[in-house]
Parts: sequence; structure tokens; C-alpha cells
Amino acid sequence: MELFWDILISALLVIGGIFGLVGSFGLVKLPDPMTRLHAPTKAATLGVGAILIASMVWFAVKQGHLTLHELMVTIFIFLTAPITAHFISKANIFRDWPAEKLPKPAGEGDWAVHTADADTSKGELAVEREKNIPHEND
Amino acid sequence: MITYALIFAIACYSLALLFNLYRVVKAPGVTDRVLALDTMAINAIAMIVLFGIWEGTALFFEASILYAMTGFVATVSFAKFILRGDIIE
Repeated sequence: MELFWDILISALLVIGGIFGLVGSFGLVKLPDPMTRLHAPTKAATLGVGAILIASMVWFAVKQGHLTLHELMVTIFIFLTAPITAHFISKANIFRDWPAEKLPKPAGEGDWAVHTADADTSKGELAVEREKNIPHEND
Repeated sequence: MITYALIFAIACYSLALLFNLYRVVKAPGVTDRVLALDTMAINAIAMIVLFGIWEGTALFFEASILYAMTGFVATVSFAKFILRGDIIE
């Protein structure tokens, strides 16, 4: 049984190391900004997840107390990695792709990145409120 | 066996951090720098956890949690600043 846990922990550590290395190598190697976004957000996240699970199993087996801290960190990283990727890709679109180069989005309006007040929903816009309040007073 | 796997993983992540450092110093655009810093924070979490296994203490969890949180907030605020010229509007 001891050997089984050793093999499991070692395999998780090796998998984590390889995925982390591949993710960071992709950051250097891949040709343009949008493809470079793939490598760290997917491979590196998986690598860190494997390392954290290996750490959790190691502490449970070798020191005899199960801690769930690492699971918390793993879940946090798995939740936040897509959000950071989304934000960085939005910044990428904003910097490198002018509005006329992008295809027209479905529905009305332009891409959210290229419109001025896109980040707040319509009823809560400060500009809209300022416009509406004097009208009501008149 | 675990010792060798641990050394292998630490070597992999050291190399990964060097790649990230290269990308931070020599990047074609500012978003690549932000992405490299984000990856660096994630790899640093892995490094801290590996060092915790190496030392055999559970002292480093809090450091890794702090790194995860500050790394996320830093990346989002960098991206927001590039996108809107302001962090909290």
C-alpha cells in the first residue's frame, strides 16, 4: 500500500511539472498574442492543480492528517484562470483589433470593448441617470 | 522515489519561471507582459507548495493562498487598466 501511494504522488508530481513547463514554454514559443493566451491558462493551471493534489495526498499519507487547504487553492485557481484569460483577451482585442477589422456582432450595437459605457447595464449608467434627473425636475 | 519526482518537478518549475521571466523582460506587447506575470504568480504557487512538501511542513499553505488571491487581483486590475484607463470606475 505504501508503494501505491508513493507511485501516485510521484506520478502527480511528474505530471504537474511537465504541464507547468509546457504551459510556460508555450508562452515563449507560440506565434501571436491570442494563441499565447492558451498555453498558460490551460496547461499551467492543470499543472498547478496536479501539484496541489499531490501535496494534499502527501500530507494525508505521510503525516496522517488530511488537510483541504490545497483543494481550496486548486478550486480558487480553477475559478480565476478563465476570468483572467477573458480579461486579457479583451485587453488584446482593445489594443490590437480596431472595430472595422472585427466581424459585426449579432444583435444591435458594436463590440463591448469598443463602446464607451459597455461595462454597466443600461439602467445603472451614471451618464443616463444624470441625463434623466433634470428632465424629471422640469 | 518521491524525492526524485520532487526534484524533477522543482527543476521543471524553475525552468518555467525562467521562461516567464524572459517573456516579462522581452515581450512584443503589454498584454503578453501581463499574461507572463499572471503565469509567474501561478508557477510561484506551485513552487511554494513543492517547497512545503520538501520541508515537510504545512506552514506554506497560507503563503500560497495569498499568492493566488493577490495574483488574480493584480492581473484583473492590470487588464482593466489597459482596457478602460481606470481600475474602479
